[in-house]
This record gives sequence, C-alpha cells and structure tokens, in this order.
Amino acid sequence: MTSTLHSLDRVVIRFAGDSGDGMQLTGDRFTADSAALGNDFATLPNFPAEIRAPQGTIAGVSSFQLHFADTDIRTPGDAPDVLVVMNPAALKANLPDLARGGTIIADATDFTKRNLTKVGYESNPLEDGTLEAYQVHALDLTGQTVAAVKDFGLGRKEASRAKNMYALGLLSWLYSRPLDRTIEFLDAKFDHLPQIRDANKAALKAGYDYGETTEGFAVRFEVKAAPLETGLYRQITGNKALAMGLMTGAAKAGLKLFLGAYPITPASDILHELSKVKNHGVMTFQAEDEIAAIGAALGASYGGNLGVTSTSGPGMALKSEFISLATMLELPLVICDVQRAGPSTGMPTKTEQADLQQALYGRHGEAPVPVLAAQSPGDCFTTAFEACRIALKYRTPVIVLTDGYLANGAEPWLVPDLEALPAIDPGFATEANGPDDTFLPYLRDANLARALAVPGTPGLEHRIGGIEKADGTGNISYAPANHELMVNLRQQKVAGIVRDIPDVVVDDPSGRADTLVVGWGSTWGPIAETARRVRLSGRDVAVAHVRHLNPLPGNLGDVLRAYRRVVVPEMNLGQFTSLLRSTYLVDARVYSRVRGLPISPAEFEPDLIDIVDGKDVR
Amino acid sequence: MTTTTEHQAAIEDAAAAPQGLTRVPLSLTPLNRKEFISDQEVRWCPGCGDYAVLAAFQSLMPQLGLKRENTVIVSGIGCSSRFPYYLDTYGMHSIHGRAPSIATGLAMTRPDLAVWVVTGDGDALSIGGNHLIHALRRNVNITIMLFNNRIYGLTKGQYSPTSEEGKVTKSSPNGSIDHPFNPVALALGAEATFVARTVDSDRKHLTEVLTAAVNHRGASLVEIYQNCPIFNDGAFDGLKEQNSPALIPLRDGEPIIFGAQQHLGVARDHRTGSLEVVTVADVGEENLIVHDARSEDAAQALAIAQLTDSQALSSAPIGIFRDVDRPVYDDEARAQVTVPDANNRISELQRLVTGHDTWTV
Repeated sequence: MTSTLHSLDRVVIRFAGDSGDGMQLTGDRFTADSAALGNDFATLPNFPAEIRAPQGTIAGVSSFQLHFADTDIRTPGDAPDVLVVMNPAALKANLPDLARGGTIIADATDFTKRNLTKVGYESNPLEDGTLEAYQVHALDLTGQTVAAVKDFGLGRKEASRAKNMYALGLLSWLYSRPLDRTIEFLDAKFDHLPQIRDANKAALKAGYDYGETTEGFAVRFEVKAAPLETGLYRQITGNKALAMGLMTGAAKAGLKLFLGAYPITPASDILHELSKVKNHGVMTFQAEDEIAAIGAALGASYGGNLGVTSTSGPGMALKSEFISLATMLELPLVICDVQRAGPSTGMPTKTEQADLQQALYGRHGEAPVPVLAAQSPGDCFTTAFEACRIALKYRTPVIVLTDGYLANGAEPWLVPDLEALPAIDPGFATEANGPDDTFLPYLRDANLARALAVPGTPGLEHRIGGIEKADGTGNISYAPANHELMVNLRQQKVAGIVRDIPDVVVDDPSGRADTLVVGWGSTWGPIAETARRVRLSGRDVAVAHVRHLNPLPGNLGDVLRAYRRVVVPEMNLGQFTSLLRSTYLVDARVYSRVRGLPISPAEFEPDLIDIVDGKDVR
Repeated sequence: MTTTTEHQAAIEDAAAAPQGLTRVPLSLTPLNRKEFISDQEVRWCPGCGDYAVLAAFQSLMPQLGLKRENTVIVSGIGCSSRFPYYLDTYGMHSIHGRAPSIATGLAMTRPDLAVWVVTGDGDALSIGGNHLIHALRRNVNITIMLFNNRIYGLTKGQYSPTSEEGKVTKSSPNGSIDHPFNPVALALGAEATFVARTVDSDRKHLTEVLTAAVNHRGASLVEIYQNCPIFNDGAFDGLKEQNSPALIPLRDGEPIIFGAQQHLGVARDHRTGSLEVVTVADVGEENLIVHDARSEDAAQALAIAQLTDSQALSSAPIGIFRDVDRPVYDDEARAQVTVPDANNRISELQRLVTGHDTWTV
C-alpha cells in the first residue's frame, strides 16, 4: 500500500521494555541512523540499577529516549511523541509521560493476563478503551518475530529475543531511515554467531516490511537533516568523550596517561574506555578500592605521568583525604566525578548535580581545588582537556564534574582537530634552582606553581609529604607564620587561575532581558531549550552557563549584578545558588528539581515565563 | 671501598644490579653511606629502634650500587613513616595506610625506580590493611619494610593490631580484647612471594634480609621487630638474648635447629600434620623439618609462621619464610601498554577520536 510522507521538524521516541529486551541497543541503533541522516539529536537512556530485575515488573523497565530534529536541539525532549512498549510494565511506567494524541506501538504478545495482573491492570489497556486519547498500534510483535526467524533453527525463546530488531525495523520504516547501517552493525557484532546474526537481520527486515505492507500506518514521516556547523561529525557519549579528552591532555603534554579506578556506576565506562586503548600509551589500574585508585594515580603523577581517577559521589567521599594530600603535595591529578543521585547509594543509575559542594569544600583543612563542569556529552572532551591543562600547569588536583545524564547520553559531536589544540608544557625541573646548587621544590613561578622534579632527576633529590612545609625548601615546618603563608599561597594559586580562563558569555539576544538564567553542568541543554521557547513567546530572557566553578570566571559578578532577577536551575537544592549568593551578595534564586532526571523544558517553560513576568515561582 | 674503574666494571657485569631491580640504572661512581644521609635532623625518641634500622639502611644503600636519584621511599603515617625525610633520595611521606597504593602507581609507571615502602603495624595492618594485602597478592615490584613495635607510638600509646590480648594502654585500661595479627602469616595468606622477619637490633641479619628482599623481583614484605622505648619498651627483650630459645632462625635448605645448645628443633606431628617445637635428642635430627623458602606451596611457610607466639613472643621464627617467583604485576601491566612514537601519537589519537562512524555536514 502507499502511505503519505509527512515532514516533521522534531520527534521524540521512547523505547521501553524489560531490562533484557534490548531497548538500549535498539535506541543506540536508531540514534546512529538518525546521526547518519544528519539529524541533530540528544538521548536519555534510563535503566534500573538491577542488572536483571524481576521480569515484567515496573522496577525492571528499561527505556531509551531519543530526540531527533532538523534543527539544533539540546535535550532528549520532554514528552515522547512515540512510545514503543514491549510489555504492560513498560506501558504503565511510561504512559504518564506520553503526550495526548501520541503514538503507542505495543507488543500485544506480552499483554497476557499474568503480566497485566503483575503491574495492577485489571483488564487489557490495549483493548478496554484506556488508551482512547492515543493512536495505538498493538501488534503481535513477538509472534511475528518468531515467524520471521523460523528458518534459522532457534528455539522460541531465543527467536523472540530478536523482537527489538523487529521493532527497530518498523520504526525505521515509519521514520524513513534505511537499514544498511544496522545491518552492517549486526554483521560485525554477531560475526561469530551466524544463526543469531541472520535471525536479527531477518527480524529487522520483517519489521520494516510490516510497516510497508500493513494497512495500520497510513502516514510515514521524515525528519530532514539539521543545519549544524559544517564539519566532520560523530556520535559520542559523555564518558567516551571524557576518556578521549584525558588522553588528548596527556598526549599534548607528552606524558603517559595513568587511570586508577574502582568500578562504580555511572563512571565505570571511563575505566572500560581507557582499558581498551593501551596501544595509545594509556595504563589503567583497577584498584582494590576508591582510595587505592586515587593513591595509585597520585603515585603515577609523582613519577611524571598524568594521573587520573574516575568515580561517582560515594567514591569521591572516600578519595577526599587523598585530594587534600595532592593539594598539599601540589602534584597534578585529575579527579572525574560522574555524579549520580545520592546520598549514599541513592539511585546509582539516575542523574543529579548534588556533589558540587563536596567538590568545592569536601576536604579537611584549607584545601582549595579547581573545579570544572561539563555541559553536554561532547563537552566532556573539552572539559577533561582543560582539567589536564590546569592540573599540569598549576601542579594541582582538579575535579571534573559530569553526571549520569551526560555520561550515558549521546549527541552529534564535531570531531576536534587535535593538531590545532595547544600543547601543554609539564615543565618538569631538571636543574637546581636554589643557592649552592640546591633544589627548592616549593619555589614558585609567576603563577605560584611550584618547581616539580620527578624521581630519577639527578641532583634534585628531595622529600615531600603531607606535613606542612617551609616555603621554598619544602622541609617540615610548624612555624605559625609559615603555615599562614602557605595556606594563603595555595589559595592564591588556585584563585589566580581566573586570569587564565575565559569570561562567562551571556546570551541575551535582545539586550533587553532583566531575567538571567545561570546554569552549570548538564542543565545547559534544558536551559537553552527553555529559553528558546520563552523567547518564542515574545519575552526576553538572558542565559549564561558556567564551566569553571573554582575559580569562577572574572566577569561573573558584574554579569549577575546587571540583571534584576537571577534564576539558577539545578538538580540539587541550590548548591551553586548558595555559592553565587555568598560570593557576590546577589539575590540569586534556585529553580530546584531533584528527581534523578534532567530538568524538563516543558515544566520549566511556564515557570520561567512566570519568573520573567515577575511572578513568584517555587 | 672499590675504585671507580672497578665499579665501572661491576656495572658492566649485569649481575651487579640487584635481581629485583634490573631496570634501575646503576651509579657511575661508587657511592658512600654519607651521601644517603639527608640534612634533616632525626627526631625519633632516644633509644628508638628506628635509629638502628635507619643506620643499617643507609649503609645498605650504597652497596646496592643504584643511582641515588632512582631510589624512592614512600611512607604512610606513624613514627617509622618519618623515615624518608632522613634519606637523601626521592621520598614521599603520605597519608595513613595508603603508601602501598602510591607505590603501586609509581612502580607500574616507572620500572627504572627502586621503590620502597616504609610502614608500621598500625599503618600497614590496621588502617592500610586492604592496600597491603592487595599489593602483596598482585606482586607489585616494591619492598615493604613493616616496623612492628606492637603499639601506636605517634599517638602516644594505644594498643595496635599486633598488641597482645590483655594489653593495658590508655585506650584499653581494662586490657585489650583485640586478637593480634601475625603479619608474616597475613602476608603468606595473601600469597606474598617474599616474606621475611628480622629484628632491629641484629644489624647483620637485618641487612641480609633486606638485601634478599631487594634481590627478589615482586612484592617483598619484611617485618622488623622494633622496640618502642617509650610506650612498649622491652616488647622484644625475650628474643634479644644471645641464643634465646625463643628465637627460631630460618636458614633455607637447612633443618630448623635453635636454642643455646642447638638442642631444639621443629618437627611435624605425623598424626595432625602440624609443626611443633621438639628436643632434637628426642626425635633425631633426621626427623626435623628442613626449611624450603623456595617451595611453591606456602603451606609449610605458613605452618612455620604459626610457631610465632603473637601473645607473649615466647617463640618467633626469624629469617626468610618464603622467596618464590611469580609474574610481577607491574611488568605484566607494562607489557600490555605500547606508547606510540612521539611523531605519530597525535595522528593515531586523532584516528581514535574520529572513530569509524562519521558523517559530514
């Protein structure tokens, strides 16, 4: 049959099923196809912490949301337009988010009495009128998949596993995208399992053909390519970009990269990524605990390498004592905190921004540490590279904050030209710098960075340690005035980095806004999207996003004071807001959402309109 | 003292480098003890056992023939952890219990360094117990000197993880109820490849054991019984008398015989299989256990370690319990890593960053 082809500017699809249904893979493949067609996109994987949660339960639902568009977009979207559900639990968990009038594609096979009862449905919502407000396509997805792959000699259970590919095939037809790339992917992935490979390919094609032949879908859609900055693009997740940024930092400094890490969600992929690239001079060490992970990284840095450790909030707490030691030793070290919902175990697979104060202040003694935050998956590269630069130039530990949303989310990324990035000079000392050919390890340069001689350098033998040290010589000192001097020097060194970082840029297109939205980290996308919508409503609003959280950009105080109202969206209770208020004595107000999910532009938009209009908003 | 020429010749002879440190460059000129003494005033209490260990160590250093700048001493927290300040090598006085982790990162990335860890019973066995056992089981090429004085000295006298049960201290006025660790047995349990015990006051034995530890490639643990004259004075006196019947010296390949008249020995109880102290005349010398430090099976070394009376130290074997070869963690880690040629490094990284799945806008 023929179907009408409609052009859309943006679509949000959510794939949802049991943890074992392959929803993340399906989403990944659809994303790769969207990327290849030149759409801009943003993704939000959402999965349970349990690896194999009980089947068919709400707790076990895994989903992947993809927003793709013909324009520049920055969030994975609010309400999905299309919801693909593999069982009743997936429907129950995700239906509240679906826009009215939205499309539901459901695998009716799994809507059995038992599965319905398990999640509290008394009757089948696909049949009882519950879903009247939506366009429902209930099909025997499992059955059709099993039929499509019957020639490959798989059992029913194994055959039905290909149903995610059937669903992907159908969606590929619906949104006019070719199957070639996914076929290539399946060829490579199941190269050694020809039966599985062929079954998945057959299911994919069967799903596509179903779309083409069935009477069910009268309309097909296409989303044209987005007008992005020209250049070579790839898809990238935050953790991958972060790993590459660290590698680039080390390479540009001519140093080996050493990662010490202990597995922790959602940071483990950094360890996985860097463990794969040992042919690039990267050494990884899976330590016995979070403390040993940073200890080994510090040992590697002491030996003249670039030491890095990656973790999430609970691991940060354990590393705290070592970060203070690194501050005292004044050695380069990069600490990456992929934030997750806390405190304690909290919700390990859900995102949050509540480690900011831990990063800024979570140490004993006066222990200033530069802190940076990445704003999008691709930006994790830039931020990691900048952290390496600061760590090496100023001989200091640097904390990089990302979060679960950035770590696992993907976006199109303009591939950076590494040759064009500046070189980093680690500037290791090779000669005596004191009287009588002595070496003074705590003699400082114009940036207050100390002289750093690595073991193996003849004539510069010296001892460093956690005990307070005399200015210059680094020998043990308990002198009161010396301690105060050293406390101040360490603080001034970090504060002085402000001369070496860019001013914050304000986006205020009309120049007439009197409300400024200030963000940090992964709220960048939701803020930009919300501001775009508010501006479309005819209102003026200014936006500024802060990457350097310690020290803060030099112009930030002036920027804040230039606006009547300052609002700070955060996925915490107002940690950055407090910092702005205490640093600049401005009446910044928090817009707080702490649900383990990115801030929703759909929810923020009316609230921001009220704020811009001068109404009180909680 | 050797002449420069002789020393040069020694360098050319590969056997001159301690076998555990074959990748550490040798000094081109002979070194002397004084060159290893830093300008810092030693601040241990008068009579502290640490002085004797420091003196023995400073004498041992030039004998190893290694470049001074390629020696690194990493310590934790405690009295003994001040050690690095007193040696004119590279050194780091770090945080409580964590020195083995720092040493691991350093040894993995720098095979050209001789990496020593100096620690104490509280540092290594209490707050840092986890790092110690993992460094040992991984077999990282480091030498750990564990100063065991059976007390917390720096914090002024609380019971430690090696203090005997019933010990009265400020934090245990009614007597400690903690069962003490036997550090040698702990290390053997972690399958350490080199485990030894020595005593601060026996300089010759201390030097021999440390030399053997350096010659071992992999993790070496040397427990040093060390007297704290202030908070636990005389803890090892029973072992320090000439030919003390409490001291059981281990010599590789020889039957275990000890006591003033060499009348005591160690034999196996054939019914239970456990080791026991016997009178040689009663069982006959041919029935004594022959110590085999090179045995792959750690069972006998562990059984010998269990002869330690961790309570009153009425008996304590000293010497090298175990010295076996096993793949070394940092050697294996480095074998997996290749560093691209400096000229190609960025272009190869660019290929990785670009990936295979790109599109052009």
